[in-house]
Amino acid sequence: MATIVEITEEKALEVKNFEFTYAGADVPSVKKLDMPVAKNSITALIGPSGCGKTTLLRSFNRMHDLYPGNKYEGEILFKERNILLPKEDLIRLRIQIGMIFQKPTAFPMSIFDNVAYGLRLQGLKNKTELKDRVEKALQDAAIWNEVKDRLTHDANGLSGGQQQRLCIARAVAVEPEVLLFDEPTSALDPISTGGIEELIVQLRERVSIIIVTHNMQQAARVSDYTGFMYLGELIELGRTEELFVTPREKLTEEYITGKFG
Amino acid sequence: MKNIIDTIFANATRAIAFGVLLLLAWIFTVLFEHSLESLQAFGFDFILEDKWAPNLEKFGALPAIYGSVVSTFLAMVLAVPVAMGIAIFLSEIAHAKLKTPVGISIELLAAIPSVIYGMWGLFYFVPIIRDVFGGVGISMLTAGIVLSIMILPFMAAVTRDAMNTTPDILKESAYALGATKWDVIKDVVIPYAKSGIIGSFILALGRAIGETMAVTFVMGNVHKISTNLTEPATSIPVALANEFAEADSDLYYSSLFELALILLVVSFVIISIAKFYFLRRKRVGQ
Repeated sequence: MATIVEITEEKALEVKNFEFTYAGADVPSVKKLDMPVAKNSITALIGPSGCGKTTLLRSFNRMHDLYPGNKYEGEILFKERNILLPKEDLIRLRIQIGMIFQKPTAFPMSIFDNVAYGLRLQGLKNKTELKDRVEKALQDAAIWNEVKDRLTHDANGLSGGQQQRLCIARAVAVEPEVLLFDEPTSALDPISTGGIEELIVQLRERVSIIIVTHNMQQAARVSDYTGFMYLGELIELGRTEELFVTPREKLTEEYITGKFG
Repeated sequence: MKNIIDTIFANATRAIAFGVLLLLAWIFTVLFEHSLESLQAFGFDFILEDKWAPNLEKFGALPAIYGSVVSTFLAMVLAVPVAMGIAIFLSEIAHAKLKTPVGISIELLAAIPSVIYGMWGLFYFVPIIRDVFGGVGISMLTAGIVLSIMILPFMAAVTRDAMNTTPDILKESAYALGATKWDVIKDVVIPYAKSGIIGSFILALGRAIGETMAVTFVMGNVHKISTNLTEPATSIPVALANEFAEADSDLYYSSLFELALILLVVSFVIISIAKFYFLRRKRVGQ
């Protein structure tokens, strides 16, 4: 059984006996998984390719529902409700639990419209309020100074790192409670990566963060908790400084010392 | 030895490729040459004159140009919304099990020879138009409808392909902000595929304006400008298909060539706009 450390903080999410099976697959990709996610902290998910970490991440905002035939079992508790129930309002869920992807995904519109997009979807039309919230989001994402003079320009003209911060601004603009990062720096150079990591750490004060990463150093640098997954199971969840120094599971130790993966 | 073969091969392929350009220039030259007599006789008035009277040796292209423009416009107005609907359904809404069979049947429809659309239009649509809108049934309206049906599959298929190039991750990003399917289609898919979609419309327009067989059956070849869409009319290709056999004077013959020249130039411009402006490859990394 998995070794899971006691979480002292309030919990943002709680995964209970969760299983996920892709359409047409015989075996689940995530198996009987239990995991708490601490509020206002950063939880990193690490593990070799195909271990189910991204699959688990995409379950928190029910992204798998976009493709027919996928199956969830068990519970993911968020704000005292099981978000896996069919009656869950996915639009509200995805506003409360935002997501950042592997590659920057600026929409084909202006910088301003990109950040205002989520707000407009919610029906916010008041121009001054929109302007204020876009500015605040861009400031929160540490990109305001770079784009304030060209808000009407096409967002695709920004560099990769800037686009990824724009995507973070777009996600924080709707004031989510949880942010999911799916390998957010895998397409970026080391300097942009540093900027994004710094930003993720700052965001912790307002949102709870789960980040999937291939990069163990990144997990060690940014996260408070780290979960190690292997073959669809959570092997160990611990405080990051403890997990990397004194892992309790043999598999974790082998993985972080580079014996496989 | 290797080098010599490479050189020969490179030059041979180059010669063939330039041959295509030569062919284009050749066709243009032939049309121009044969149009000379009419060009000299009528000058620019050829385009503005609305009388086409072979027995009086008087030739004006305006009715044929008008017919080409109006029938193509009708075809576009009818086909664009339907093609958009089909493309959106196939790329964003249909279940995977439905996408392939419906997609293939649309591609098959696009492959039907246009003469068959013409025959079908004559025997099926002409009576319907006659009963519903009056007139003889052979008319501008019928031509527009048959044309729209003919370009629809092509337009839908190319538009769907353009929409399919939208990266999943971009659509997912919009869903992740609480967008509905409709929001994603209108704010992400259509803007992302916009230039490809417009390109497909213009290519379809190019096909419609030059289409001959499908409309020859149902248009009537009457050189008369009428605002009543249920009256017979003509278009450039229809006039060409009908009248070459009976062109009994040099000027008549030359005037038909000038009509062809106008059609070639117009089609050339339309296709160029579509290819070079809207359908160029997206920059790498976008």
